Amino acid sequence: MIAYIIRRLIQSALILLGVSIITFALLYLLPADPVRQIAGRSATPQTVENIRQQLGLDQPFFIQYWRYLTNLLSGDFGRSYIQRSEVSELIVARLPASLLLMVGAIICELAIGLSMGLVAAVKRGSVTDQTLMVTSFVGVSAPQFVVGLLLLYVFAVQLGWFPIGGYGTWRHLVLPSLTLGILGAGWYARMMRSSMIDVLRQDYIRTARAKGLQRGTILLRHAFPNAILPVVAMIGIDIGIFMGGIVVVESVFGWPGIGQLAWQAIQRVDIPIIMGVTLVSACAIVLGNLLADIVAPFIDPRIKLR
Amino acid sequence: MSVAPETGAMEASATNRRPAVGTATPVLDVAHLSVTVRGDDGEREVVSDLSFSLSRGETLCIAGESGSGKSMTSLAVMGLLPQPAARISAGSVRLGDIELTRLSESRMCRIRGDRVAMIFQEPMTSLNPVLSIGRQLTEAIEVHTALSRGQVRQRAIEALQAVRIPEAERRLTQYPHELSGGMRQRVMIAMALALKPDVLIADEPTTALDVTVQGEVLELLRDLQRDTGTALILITHDMGVVAEMADRVIVMRNGAMVEQGDVADIFSRPKTDYTRELLAAVPRMRREAGVAAPALFEAEAGGAISNPVASVSDLKVRFDLHGGFFGRVDRRVHAVENVSFQIARNETLSLVGESGCGKSTTAKAIAGLVPYAGDIVVEGRNLSGLSRTDRNAVRRDVQMIFQDPYASLDPRMRVGDLVEEPLVVHAIGDRTERRERVADLFERVGLSAGQMDRYPHEFSGGQRQRICIARALALNPKLIIADESVSALDVSVQARVLRLLKDLQREFGIAYLFISHDMAVVENISDRVAVMYLGQIVEIGTRDQVFFDPRHPYTKRLIDAVPVPDPAHRRAQFARLDREIPSAVRRVGEEPNRVTLSDVGGGHLVAA
Repeated sequence: MIAYIIRRLIQSALILLGVSIITFALLYLLPADPVRQIAGRSATPQTVENIRQQLGLDQPFFIQYWRYLTNLLSGDFGRSYIQRSEVSELIVARLPASLLLMVGAIICELAIGLSMGLVAAVKRGSVTDQTLMVTSFVGVSAPQFVVGLLLLYVFAVQLGWFPIGGYGTWRHLVLPSLTLGILGAGWYARMMRSSMIDVLRQDYIRTARAKGLQRGTILLRHAFPNAILPVVAMIGIDIGIFMGGIVVVESVFGWPGIGQLAWQAIQRVDIPIIMGVTLVSACAIVLGNLLADIVAPFIDPRIKLR
Repeated sequence: MSVAPETGAMEASATNRRPAVGTATPVLDVAHLSVTVRGDDGEREVVSDLSFSLSRGETLCIAGESGSGKSMTSLAVMGLLPQPAARISAGSVRLGDIELTRLSESRMCRIRGDRVAMIFQEPMTSLNPVLSIGRQLTEAIEVHTALSRGQVRQRAIEALQAVRIPEAERRLTQYPHELSGGMRQRVMIAMALALKPDVLIADEPTTALDVTVQGEVLELLRDLQRDTGTALILITHDMGVVAEMADRVIVMRNGAMVEQGDVADIFSRPKTDYTRELLAAVPRMRREAGVAAPALFEAEAGGAISNPVASVSDLKVRFDLHGGFFGRVDRRVHAVENVSFQIARNETLSLVGESGCGKSTTAKAIAGLVPYAGDIVVEGRNLSGLSRTDRNAVRRDVQMIFQDPYASLDPRMRVGDLVEEPLVVHAIGDRTERRERVADLFERVGLSAGQMDRYPHEFSGGQRQRICIARALALNPKLIIADESVSALDVSVQARVLRLLKDLQREFGIAYLFISHDMAVVENISDRVAVMYLGQIVEIGTRDQVFFDPRHPYTKRLIDAVPVPDPAHRRAQFARLDREIPSAVRRVGEEPNRVTLSDVGGGHLVAA
């Protein structure tokens, strides 16, 4: 188990190295010039050139990357071009808000998705099943900014149950989490339904019935742990999808997370921040997958980590 | 007499002997039961007007081939018919004073597992893989009793001890995948009998088990039944099991009862043609030597065959297992170890042994489906020294027929195309020639050329196996490997397919490598037999040598374990396997003990 985790962490470090090279190269090839953004429109060519030299952006690609990487290994993410502060400080300040949002979204996904899938599987073929599946399809296909604005309009503007935006209490958390989680909830509902239908056909469910167990016990104790396995593997992948989603959701709800930070940085070609946020996201995805793999043997004793 | 259970869980008492049939009030009374299943073409009756009753301590066997409605009957009694397609359309099922057919689901839950229990055919899939044995066993007790946690645990341990599972306490924390098939089936029996039900329904309880394990499980059921007085309904297609276990027998066909009676009468004086046919189709082991071995062997006194079709020497197949920090190979499964044999033209060599003994892996190596070490020579050409194209040419000479005729035919292809495919792959003939050849093959295996454009699902299991045989014959092979090819078929169908295989052998001179766990079938079809144990051959010789003069203890145990389809030869006790078969997994560098075969006369080789 520990050997497995260490090996996976080493693999993860290699993945992050790959991500850093690719992202750095993409940003290097970007036609937008960060120096022009910093210097402003009225700057003389001499000023522009000075800034370029100051930031080391006149150096060849590999030297630039090497310098970034060596700094990175000593924990230095660089300084923001625009905000004049350390990237690591900016990220650390905003990361908790984003993590909170992600946890909220995962809870929404699991609660809504799994219960919808479970009910649909049990009532397979009924009107309830069809209604739930159409709903899940809407969840899967609706763009997040539309879902977000719709929720805002109904629950914040019309009903006034939740605040329109901002950060602070649990009330602020509900609508952003729902918006971020609804996409995943749709997927989970569909996955859970098919997985559950498959499990309910298995011989051991018949054995459980032959023991005289009540229907609810059979569903929750015998069928559910078997059906949830593919969903657990999915949660790891989901964290990656979240990273795309939070950029949109944090903008719509004014949520002070790294999504907003990234969005501002992209607009101003603030390369150190973009790099930093990308690496932190990649880290989250890698760790999320690792976590899902570590949890799996606790649900299914047949899975061995090697 | 057998060993009494070690604890009071099953209250051993000599007074609980089965009562004379008919004198006691029945525990279970089924009257005019009909079950219908709704399908695409309307409602179909799968059980019609079935009546029987069961007394305390009695064993009733329901025998019949697939589709006879025997499983549906048991599910109907349990109230477990597949919903919503199947339902009881008429009749009654009375358990004591309770009419089960009209009971609500919640009241039926209280009956199930407590007063009527059931065990199923597939021990490998009948236990929940993610729950521990203890959890699954205790919940069966908890749901019907008001015992404390400690008492429930005690009952669970007693139940495991009653089914003779060693180290019962430790088993509670184990998961199903850590147990063998035989152990799992014992857990199922422990679960079913923990609450001493009035009626136990066992649906093909030993069909998926090895023959030696089958004997143990049957004996266990018999002993426990005697101790608890539980009435047993045993559903089986195996007339050997019927003869071994039954007090009374019901023979079913197409959902209706064909015949019922005392077990001795059914076997000695069957009243209907169907029962007679069923009994005639059962492969029997002939203890008396009578059939002469093929002439070829009499000529070859030393056991060496001149000019064999296939010759295997020192075959080894090992599968690597990865472990450790860097995922290096640290253990290997020694699936096949130093196996050597030869097969002559026109000859059938059978490989027998229990699951996991390496017989199927040997076959796969010969067919070129797994990497191996050692020499495999087919028609004088050593496979390992050949180029890719030459090896493909040799493969034409070796064809395979698999166990499951349902899974080995692509459901989206027409059967004619499936049989034609090997000809296409090896670029033989043009389209018209190939179609003619396929039509010929269809006629040859007992199908009509008109059926070539149909799809596999339109055929029965036996017909599908004929299609598989036609496909194997398409390239005029010299050797056909039949891996459990008749195991999934009903006995009457099985007999016909075996006859077809023999006819084809006589006509084309094909050699068969026949792999089976069914000793009776092997005895009927083989010229020579090789017994495998833990990846090695422990005994090889002509059929008569192996079956009438078995030398190796393992061979003897295999032969003794086969239930004889004759109630007069019922055994009081089966040979018991005290421990599980050791594992074939070894650490790297740790070599298995290599058995040496010595000739005990006439080419009969036995491991020392």
